Amino acid sequence: MASPVLETLAARLRSELGDDAVLTDRAQLRTYECDGLAQYKVTPGLVALPRGTGDVAAVVRACNEAGVPYVARGSGTGLSGGALPHADGVLVVTSQMREILEVDPANQRAVVEPGVINLAVTRAAAPDGYYYAPDPSSQQVCSIGGNVAENSGGAHCLKYGFTTNHVLGVELVEPAGTVVRLGGKAPDPPGYDLLGAFVGSEGTLGIATEVTVRLVRAPETVRTLLAAFPSTDEAGGAVSAIIGAGVVPAAVEMMDALAIEAAEAAVQCGYPEGAGAVLIVELDGPAAEVEAQFAEVERHCRDNAATEIRVAADDVERALFWKGRKSAFAAVGRISPDYIVQDGVIPRTALPDVLRRIAALSAETGVRVANVFHAGDGNLHPLVLFDDSVPGQAEQAETVSGAILDLCVEYGGSITGEHGVGADKAKYMPRMFTDDDLDTMQMLRCAFDPRHLSNPGKIFPTPRLCGEVPGRRKGPHPLQAAGLAEVF
Amino acid sequence: MRGATGVDGALPGLRDAVADRARPAEDGDAVAGVVPRYVVRPTSTAETAAVMAVAAAHDLCVVARGAGTKQDWGVPPRRVDLVVDTTGLTGVVEHVAGDLVCVVRAGTPVESLQAVLAEAGQQLALDLPLPGATLGGTVAVSTSGPRRLLYGTMRDLLIGVTFVRADGIVASAGGKVVKNVAGYDFGKLLTGSYGTLGVVTEAVVRLHPRPVAQRVVRCPVAGPADAGRLAAAVLGSQLVPSAVEVEQRGDGPVAVTVLLEGIESGVDLRAAGTRDLLGADAAVDDRLPPGFTDLPFGAGGTGLKVTSTITGVAAVLESLRRAGTRQGVEVAVRGSAMGVLHAGLPAGTPPGAVAAVVEAVRAVAREHDGSAVVLTAPPDVRAEVDVWGPVPGLDLMRRVKDELDPGHRLAPGRFVGGI
Repeated sequence: MASPVLETLAARLRSELGDDAVLTDRAQLRTYECDGLAQYKVTPGLVALPRGTGDVAAVVRACNEAGVPYVARGSGTGLSGGALPHADGVLVVTSQMREILEVDPANQRAVVEPGVINLAVTRAAAPDGYYYAPDPSSQQVCSIGGNVAENSGGAHCLKYGFTTNHVLGVELVEPAGTVVRLGGKAPDPPGYDLLGAFVGSEGTLGIATEVTVRLVRAPETVRTLLAAFPSTDEAGGAVSAIIGAGVVPAAVEMMDALAIEAAEAAVQCGYPEGAGAVLIVELDGPAAEVEAQFAEVERHCRDNAATEIRVAADDVERALFWKGRKSAFAAVGRISPDYIVQDGVIPRTALPDVLRRIAALSAETGVRVANVFHAGDGNLHPLVLFDDSVPGQAEQAETVSGAILDLCVEYGGSITGEHGVGADKAKYMPRMFTDDDLDTMQMLRCAFDPRHLSNPGKIFPTPRLCGEVPGRRKGPHPLQAAGLAEVF
Repeated sequence: MRGATGVDGALPGLRDAVADRARPAEDGDAVAGVVPRYVVRPTSTAETAAVMAVAAAHDLCVVARGAGTKQDWGVPPRRVDLVVDTTGLTGVVEHVAGDLVCVVRAGTPVESLQAVLAEAGQQLALDLPLPGATLGGTVAVSTSGPRRLLYGTMRDLLIGVTFVRADGIVASAGGKVVKNVAGYDFGKLLTGSYGTLGVVTEAVVRLHPRPVAQRVVRCPVAGPADAGRLAAAVLGSQLVPSAVEVEQRGDGPVAVTVLLEGIESGVDLRAAGTRDLLGADAAVDDRLPPGFTDLPFGAGGTGLKVTSTITGVAAVLESLRRAGTRQGVEVAVRGSAMGVLHAGLPAGTPPGAVAAVVEAVRAVAREHDGSAVVLTAPPDVRAEVDVWGPVPGLDLMRRVKDELDPGHRLAPGRFVGGI
C-alpha cells in the first residue's frame, strides 16, 4: 500500500469492519486488478469486503472523509472495465453480501443482497413457479448488484426487458455515506424516478446494498428451435419476417460461421455442419399461442432458405442449443489467442447492411471478426480476433473494434447495449452524445456525487466540475489536476 | 431591475424566439389558478430552446402545457410567468415499423400517434386515461392504465428523450434503439417529473404489435377480500393477462375484469382458464367494458392514486370503503390488481372528509409498502391535505432539482417536497 492516507484508512476500516474485511496484502490485492475486461489492469489501493449495509456505509463515509475514491465490484464479470479499481482508492467488493433476504411469490418480488448471484434468484423462486427474467450470459456467476450497476440485459430481454424493468427498489449508500431507500415492493413511488436513473449508472451514483426485484411467473410452455442458413443475410431475413409478423419471441439469437466454428471447437454443441449462420428462436407463454406462433416461425425460417431446422425435444436439447450460444465469447479463445468482445447496437432493420460493412472492414484489414448477436433487438457482439504476440495486431484489432462502434452510431444505434461504458468506452461517448448531453448527464452525477469519489473516471470522457458555470475551460481540469479523474 | 431584463420586458424576446407566436396570457391559461403573464407556442426544439433562454434571462417561471388535461395535477405552482404551449411541436419524426420504434414530437396527441401506428399494426402499449393528452404531458405526469400490468408504463416504453433545460440548453439521452446502456437514463428521470426538470420536446418510444384478438372476463364479487384473492389467483397463473382490474363503488360489490390479448385460438382457451379461476359468475366478452381506461374522478372532484403490493390491494379497497362510509361519501375505485388503484371523491365533498379518507388509505397503503398521492383536488381540499405524502429520497431529489434548475423556475412548488 502506497500512501499514508490509505494506511490510515485501512486502520480505520479494520477497526470498523474487522481485520478480515480489509485486504492490503499486495498479492491479494492483485487478484482484484481487473474485471471481465482483462486488458485494463489496476491494482486497488485496498479492498474492503463489507458484510452488510452498515459496513458499506462505513467504507463510503471513511472514503469521503479522506477524499479517497472507491469502486464497487460484484463478481467482477463486467466487460467494460466498470469495476476497474483505482490505484489510490478502495475497491468495495460485495461478494460477502449474498443473502437472499426474502422470496415473496404472492407479491412477485424477491429481496436480495447485492452479492447474490443472478441465477440464485431464479433457483430460489423456482419452487413457487417464478423466475428472475434478466439473464446475462454470465448469469451463473454475475451478481445482482453488478446487474443493477450495468443495467444488464441478456438473451431474453427482447420480450422481458432489462434489469431496469425488473428492479422495483434499492437500498443504496449514496456518496455522502447516507443510506437511502428508493422504491420497494409496490409500483410507482412518488417523486423523481431516481431508481430509474440509478440502475445502469455503473457505480457512479452510489452502491446498492439491497435490491428488490420482480419475479416473473414461469411460462406454461417454452419452445426452442435452431435453424441453419446459408449466410447471415438469409438468417437476418427470417428475423425480419418473424418480427414483422407481430411475433414477439422470448429470444432470437444469431451466430455466424466463425462463431459457430469456435463454439463447436469449445463445447461440441453439434450445430449443423457448414452453416453460414444459425438462429436460435425461443417462444414462451400460453401453450396454444406458442404452438401456433412456433409454426409461423418455422415457416418464416423455411421461406428464408433455412437449410435445416431442429426443434428442441426437451430441456436437455434446449440447453444444448443455448450452450453453444452462451459459451460463444469464451469459445472464441479456441480459434484465436486473443480477442475483443465488442458490444454495439443497431436498429434491427440495418442488420444486413451493417454485417456487410463489418465483413468489408474485416476483408480490408485482414482482421477476423466473429459475429454473435441478439438479433431480435439489434445488439451485436462482434468478436474481433487477434494475436497479441504479433506486433501491431492488438492496435489493429482495437481500430476495427472502434470502427464497428462508429458503424453502430452511423446507423442510429448505440455504443453499448448491455456491457456498459465503464472505463473502456468513455472515449466513445462523444461519438454518440453532444457535449451538452454529456454535461447534462453529469449534472445528475454532481447531484449524487459532487466530489467524484464514486467510481471516478468511468462513463464520461471528461469530468464536470460540480457547480461550475457552463462554458469553455482552459488548462487541466481541477479534478484531473487533483488526481481524482483521468481524461480519456 | 425590471423592465428590459425583468418579467415585464420579456415579451419582445419571446416574440423573437417563436416568430411571433407569443402573447399575453388570458384567464384560461391559468395553471391550477395561477395566472401566467405570457404564453408562447414554439414549433421546434430550437425555438423551445430560444424561449427557455429568454425565460432564463428574464427570470421567468415556466410551466409547459400540452393539451392541458393535467394542468391542475400536483400542487399549484408558486409562480408562473410563462406557459410554454407544446401543441405546436407535433408529428411523427420517424417510424421504422421493422424496428418497432418511433420518434415523436412531444406535443403530438397520443391518439394521433396511435392512429399512425395502427396503420402498421403497431401501438404504443400505454392506455390513455385522459383523452386528448399529448405524449409530452404523458411523459411529464406518467399516467398509465390497465395494460401496464403486461407492458409497463411510460418509463418502460420511453427509450430516448430530447428536452430543453431551464437554462435553454438542449440535451438528449437514450437513443433510437431499445437496447442501450450508454449514459444516464434521463428518460426515466423526466418521466413523472411534472415538468420540474426540463421541457420535453421529442420522445422516442418502443412499440408493440397490436394484438389481433382479445377477450374480457368479468366477474362481480362480494367484497374486497374476494376481489383480492381472485385477482391474485389470475396474476399468479400462467394465463399472461394484459390487465387485471378491480372496480368498486362505495360499499357495493367489486368487479374483477381480466383482459387477455393474443391470437384467436389462444385467447379463447385463456378466457376459459380465467373463468375457471374466477368462478361461474364470470362472463366472457370480446369487447372492453365502457370506461375501462377511465379514471374514477372528474372535474371538481378529488382524485387519488394509491399503490400497494398485490397482497395489499384488498386492504386498500377495504380502507377506502370504510373511510368513505364513515365520512358519508361514495368513493369510486378503479385500478390494477398489481397494486395501482385510483380513487375518486365527488365534487363538493367537504375537505375534512377528503382529508380523513386520504389519511386512512395512506396509512393502509404504507403498511403494504405503497403510497397515496392526491393527483387533483379543488383548492379548498388542497388546503386541507398533504398532497404528496411522505417521500423517501427527498433530499436526493432536491439535489437533482438544484443541479438542473438552480433558480427553481420550472413549475416551482408543483412537485414533491415543494420542488
